[in-house]
Amino acid sequence: MTEYTEMLNRERNAEWRVALRNSVPNKERIAIERVKMTEVEPHERIKSQTCEVNRGLKAEQAQREASRCMDCVTPTCVEGCPVSINIPKFVKQIEAGKFLDAAVTLKEFSALPAVCGRVCPQEKQCELKCFYQQKMQKEPVAIGYLERFAADYERLSGKIQIPKVEARNGIKVAAIGSGPSSLSFAGDMIKFGYEVTVFEALHEIGGVLKYGIPEFRLPNSVVDVELENLKEMGVTFEKNFVVGRTASFDDLKELGYKAFFVGSGAGLPNFMNIPGENLNGVMSSNEYLTRVNLMYANQSDSDTPVMLGKRVAVIGGGNTAMDAVRTSKRLGAERSIIIYRRSLEEMPARLEEIKHAQEEGIEFMNLANPVEYLADAGGRVAKVRLQRMKLGEPDASGRRRPVAIEGDIVEIEVDLVIVAIGVSPNPLIPASLAGLKMSRYGTIEVNEETMQSSIPEIFAGGDIVRGGATVILAMGDGRRAAASMHRYLQEKYKKPTGK
Amino acid sequence: MNKIVEKYKLSENVCKFIVEAPMIAKSRKPGNFVILRVGDKGERIPLTIVDSDIEKGTITLIVQNVGASSRKLCQLGAGEFITDMVGPLGKATHIYKAGTILALGGGVGVAPLFPIVKAFKEAGNRVITILAARNKDLVILENEMRQWSDEVIVMTDDGSSGRKGLVTEGAEEVIKREKVDECVAIGPAIMMKFCALLTKKYDVPTQVSLNTIMVDGTGMCGACRVTVNGETKFTCIDGPEFNAHQIDFDELLQRMRAYKNEEDQARNKK
Repeated sequence: MTEYTEMLNRERNAEWRVALRNSVPNKERIAIERVKMTEVEPHERIKSQTCEVNRGLKAEQAQREASRCMDCVTPTCVEGCPVSINIPKFVKQIEAGKFLDAAVTLKEFSALPAVCGRVCPQEKQCELKCFYQQKMQKEPVAIGYLERFAADYERLSGKIQIPKVEARNGIKVAAIGSGPSSLSFAGDMIKFGYEVTVFEALHEIGGVLKYGIPEFRLPNSVVDVELENLKEMGVTFEKNFVVGRTASFDDLKELGYKAFFVGSGAGLPNFMNIPGENLNGVMSSNEYLTRVNLMYANQSDSDTPVMLGKRVAVIGGGNTAMDAVRTSKRLGAERSIIIYRRSLEEMPARLEEIKHAQEEGIEFMNLANPVEYLADAGGRVAKVRLQRMKLGEPDASGRRRPVAIEGDIVEIEVDLVIVAIGVSPNPLIPASLAGLKMSRYGTIEVNEETMQSSIPEIFAGGDIVRGGATVILAMGDGRRAAASMHRYLQEKYKKPTGK
Repeated sequence: MNKIVEKYKLSENVCKFIVEAPMIAKSRKPGNFVILRVGDKGERIPLTIVDSDIEKGTITLIVQNVGASSRKLCQLGAGEFITDMVGPLGKATHIYKAGTILALGGGVGVAPLFPIVKAFKEAGNRVITILAARNKDLVILENEMRQWSDEVIVMTDDGSSGRKGLVTEGAEEVIKREKVDECVAIGPAIMMKFCALLTKKYDVPTQVSLNTIMVDGTGMCGACRVTVNGETKFTCIDGPEFNAHQIDFDELLQRMRAYKNEEDQARNKK
């Protein structure tokens, strides 16, 4: 039995947990229907970029939902969580009404519970592994909603508890980039007692949480509170700092940094390299979302402009495409269209975001792929030519490959096109590290368990290792990197001195 | 926050700032730029690093008041702070001993040209610099350029200083007069386009530094993309300098007008 499962067991056998289990017969628990989260009506929410769609659970709702959880002997849900949150514990704490304790439990495992409760694809992770889903063919316990509830409850209570940290050990480490993987790394390293500095190139901390995911899905104020917690714990943040440019790795080593975690992400947008793609009115989802989310271009007192469109096409089927297309609707588009080369079933976006987009009147043009953009007299995009597709044999990813239907080309009128077909690893940081082993996709090669790169003092995780992936996978990488960097540094700096 | 140590007015609409930024001063190379932001709702704008003083820990920026954001910056005085500044960004200029360099600067483009002229001179090249402006009040850095050039030719549209005429006329005379090994041109996109056409005719290798629209300046968004030799490149990480003879200038000119309406509105707000 591993240390972790032993801990889960020990916690499960706590007196209060046993009493709580016995207080309600399982039959009664199973009979409860999964909670529905209150949402702002589509016609109302599309009036505002900042109106969060999901309103969260009320205390009674959360307790009732938590009581559905069977507190399993072997909690498989935990296996589905990339940062291994002790899910039954915090859920049972909610059932018992100990909401602040639930928040503390979450923070032992996750640096950003309010974020993950909102943006994780739970249907593919913890909730997929829930007993109800696995054994009962019933809807799983709404773990994501409950996580969000506990984190929001604590934030709104004003009684935020800062996790305990070890006494400073005097060893300096750096995280490069301030997205989810680095924040998760920083949170764990500060708990272990290191002096942690997070370096960020932009003028705001948070990476994709700030420039990418829109306010209607993840309010910046929620992210800021979690960042504040990390600051309280002792993490230092340096903004406007490009490691490798502002100062080199060697400069930082001279300043005493002993090891580095590279979490610089996959910020480089992909384009399709088709004719007309550089016309005005065609831009990457990164540019569009950065202008709106980071630079507040939709607000009248912002100096940053953003192009508006009446007929907006968004190319792609991931979460970024959903964020961009829903943003365009909120900025006044009459038609907002998703153009995706496969069918609805293959879309990688979270189910909830697809549902929300559909409710908001987003049109879906599936099995279509742009081949050319055409301009109006002023040089702005006016039409997109689309190749109709059909699904062929499954490809390496197991998804059916889209194949062109010869000669079946349609044109639609558009005045704004957002390209959201994926991102590549940003080359800026790896380029400044001679000798770092890279894959041919431009990702940093690491040992999958230790997250250590070919240079011993450099660890890496998140999208710079995976290409484009999810917030929670990045956070899981950050945790693993922290654990193994801790082992590495203890070995290197502690033992010889006999401490 | 970066403190403005000194501020000078170079011409009616052009300001020079000496800004505290010790790390950037130390790591920057000719051709690099910074992105800066003034105010909490300010936009991110790119500016070339004109010079630096490692001992004092300062860099020099020169900005022309052309729109809302540059006006905000120009309104700041010594002792005040620039909200955000990040750099050095972009690839550094390839400086080497080429022989004779012809440096062409148009308007405020003379500012980003200065560190390149200085570096080429220091690398042992013969440097001929042409400074072009609409009129004599808009000619900047003439003394500094004279210090680092073997010859400086000033040209104004109206003949109010130096010779009357366009930068390309002066450039053509020099190319006809003597062998030029490499040309560097920086200024408005339309000027660079015509410089590129001219030097192509005479087969003189030419670099230009592009001033495209940028947001983050770190390769994240592609707002600054440009077609070079048929391929899409990002000015902020692949440039800002490119082989002038490979650039699709008409596309570049079109893209630089993308936000013209918004810019006009912002400029006229106050």
